[in-house]
Amino acid sequence: MTPDFSADHFALFGLAAAFRMDGTALDRAWRELQAQVHPDRYAHAGEAEKRLSMQWATRVNEAYQTLKEPLRRADYLLQKRGIHALGERQTALPADFLMQQMEWREALHEAQQVRDAHAIEQLRRALKREAAGLTDLLARQLDEERAWDAAADTVRKLRFVQKLAEDVNLALAGLEEDD
Amino acid sequence: MALLQISEPGMSTAPHQHRLAVGIDLGTTNSLVASVQSGLARVLDDERGRALLPSVVRYLADGGVSVGYEAQARQSEDPQNTIVSVKRFMGRGLKDLDKSSIPYRLLDEPGMVKLKTVQGVKSPVEVSAEILRLLRGRAEHALGGELVGAVITVPAYFDDAQRQATKDAARLAGLNVLRLLNEPTAAAIAYGLDHGVEGIYAVYDLGGGTFDISILRLSKGVFEVLATNGDSALGGDDFDQRVFCWVLEEAKLPPLNPRDTRLLLSKAREAKEYLTDHPEAHITAVLSSGDIVDLRLGLDDFNRLTQGLLNKTLAPTRKALRDAGLEAEEVQGVVMVGGATRMPCIRHAVAEFFGQTPLTNLDPDKVVALGAAMQADVLAGNKQTGDDWLLLDVIPLSLGLEVMGGLTEKIVPRNSTIPVARAQEFTTFKDGQTAMGFHVVQGERELVADCRSLARFELRGIPPMVAGAARIRVTFQVDADGLLSVSAREQASGVEAAVAVKPSYGLSDAEIANMLSDAHAHATDDLKARALNEQRVEAQSLLAALQAALALDGEQLLAAEERGAIETGMEALRRLSEGSDHLAIRAQVEALNRLTTPFAQRRMDRNVRRALAGQKVDSLGI
Repeated sequence: MTPDFSADHFALFGLAAAFRMDGTALDRAWRELQAQVHPDRYAHAGEAEKRLSMQWATRVNEAYQTLKEPLRRADYLLQKRGIHALGERQTALPADFLMQQMEWREALHEAQQVRDAHAIEQLRRALKREAAGLTDLLARQLDEERAWDAAADTVRKLRFVQKLAEDVNLALAGLEEDD
Repeated sequence: MALLQISEPGMSTAPHQHRLAVGIDLGTTNSLVASVQSGLARVLDDERGRALLPSVVRYLADGGVSVGYEAQARQSEDPQNTIVSVKRFMGRGLKDLDKSSIPYRLLDEPGMVKLKTVQGVKSPVEVSAEILRLLRGRAEHALGGELVGAVITVPAYFDDAQRQATKDAARLAGLNVLRLLNEPTAAAIAYGLDHGVEGIYAVYDLGGGTFDISILRLSKGVFEVLATNGDSALGGDDFDQRVFCWVLEEAKLPPLNPRDTRLLLSKAREAKEYLTDHPEAHITAVLSSGDIVDLRLGLDDFNRLTQGLLNKTLAPTRKALRDAGLEAEEVQGVVMVGGATRMPCIRHAVAEFFGQTPLTNLDPDKVVALGAAMQADVLAGNKQTGDDWLLLDVIPLSLGLEVMGGLTEKIVPRNSTIPVARAQEFTTFKDGQTAMGFHVVQGERELVADCRSLARFELRGIPPMVAGAARIRVTFQVDADGLLSVSAREQASGVEAAVAVKPSYGLSDAEIANMLSDAHAHATDDLKARALNEQRVEAQSLLAALQAALALDGEQLLAAEERGAIETGMEALRRLSEGSDHLAIRAQVEALNRLTTPFAQRRMDRNVRRALAGQKVDSLGI
């Protein structure tokens, strides 16, 4: 196989194009590739090689970041099938899911008001469980059922949950800073 | 028969020839230069055997400049022309600074503050260049030759403006910057290699004016930064400042003149240092008014005064751990860096936070310079494959653009491994809109006003279209030095308009050239001879790199006529470098770079393939 600058992210790391993935193998392939292309290896080389090295290292990092995060990996697999799950024209999510989101948001807001770090921590754990559940679901939908549209819905849900989890982390950091 | 030696591609180009390269720790309080000689990194001392160079620059009325101990000794006498802790001003505007104890005449210039001295207005870049120039001279004298390049360290939490300013200062000092390296990462290299450790390590780096916390994963041959955080305006100086304010209060002093301010700040520093090994310190001074200050500062008082500063280092530490997805218990060791970590209160707090005694078995003043020297040795190509290591560092702060409503749209998130590029598409707001303004910012806050403004630029020549039809792709590229460039391109129409920006605080090449010629007008150095020399070095370096590449891969990757063309080009460059036309050498270097691009591409592809093959062999072996 000839590595192609525009090659598929999975092919770049010699991995099968599937959602379930051996994270250790990805880490190892990333380091092996960087060991060959990183700009530090070409600091004393000619301009042509320096430029190429920077392009390659950038490309390898981009592919790594995309595959490392489950949400981005799932989105990438769908994009390869022409489905833009996170594009502008995304379909609405089920009402019960949105309701749950609102409840969580309210819980976060209330806990912030009364500076209840414990409640925020519990929310963080709940979101972590929810994200894990959605990730498992994605694995089934993408690798076994090949249910692309359903997977696209799951990707959107997972993004909601992750965004909320980020806000929860920010809230925790905010409480610490005020201490 | 003796076998011929061939070096690894991208590795040492000329194994027999050791290239002189140094690591420079350009510190707030002190600076150092170190180099690897005979495989050992060591700090290069001055002629009196002193490793540290106080980062103090004094501009004299007679046009001379004094740097280091001598300048430091005179700071109380001539506070306005003796610049201390200039690093605090790098890439900073007047509004970023706490002016309360700055005795200088500051000018608010766009992008970066400037200083009024007896020799005219100086930018912090020029002041820093004086320090770097002295260290460069020290190194060339000690190593006996011209330097191929230098690795300059910067605080991990330095933003793009501060990094760019540092690189400009190095260029101004005539240094070829091999890489800007984050200080905690440099420390991790020095520590990790010396002790052969593996696992998760934290580097707690409290310098004179900056604080960094970095979390790294050390594994065989790879130093991977997982997260970094910090405060680029918090350091040992702030501890002095707290003591200084306490003195003002206790002694009920009126506002002081610059000279007394400087004097009492020095006394505060001495007291802080004394308290490292003693339960109490005395602060005595005679002010210019004749008033006498005589106070006793106990360790308990000191700890109470500085408790808040200590906490300011722990908040970023928590954030870095959270970004790395780790708990404090998962950290295997905590490396202490920076002179300020000698304070017992810091050591106690860090020990308590991580639940373990921090590692202090290396000189906190020297470890950064030593690590930088080791990295410079690798970058200069002095290491053989297998003996070297890979450094994977991150950007400390998110990069983004201003969007409607004064909000920030993050394009590259913090802690992304560099080099990194990210693109995002934008569109027009009005029918027939032909230009678009971009405002590049850095920081974590949602409001643009709370982030650091890096640059503004406009994309013009967008073909008139209905609102929302144009597709403008903005690309952020962060290189291995952590420096940003941004470009924008309109794509929907097929008409291309692209701009690349260099953030506004940076110096243009013309400005650098002007400053260089000014500097050389005072010396006898001939600018032209210098340019010629630089081009010759460049040509030699390219020829050596190509020679090695041809020896290894010429046979396999090049057709006979391709190889012939390259060899002809190399011969032409060799001839030109014997002459004295530096422009012709430059042109041939560029031509040869263009000519060898396909060859470089093939070599890179082959290296990538090799990495994949190696990795598959590994996984089969399990």
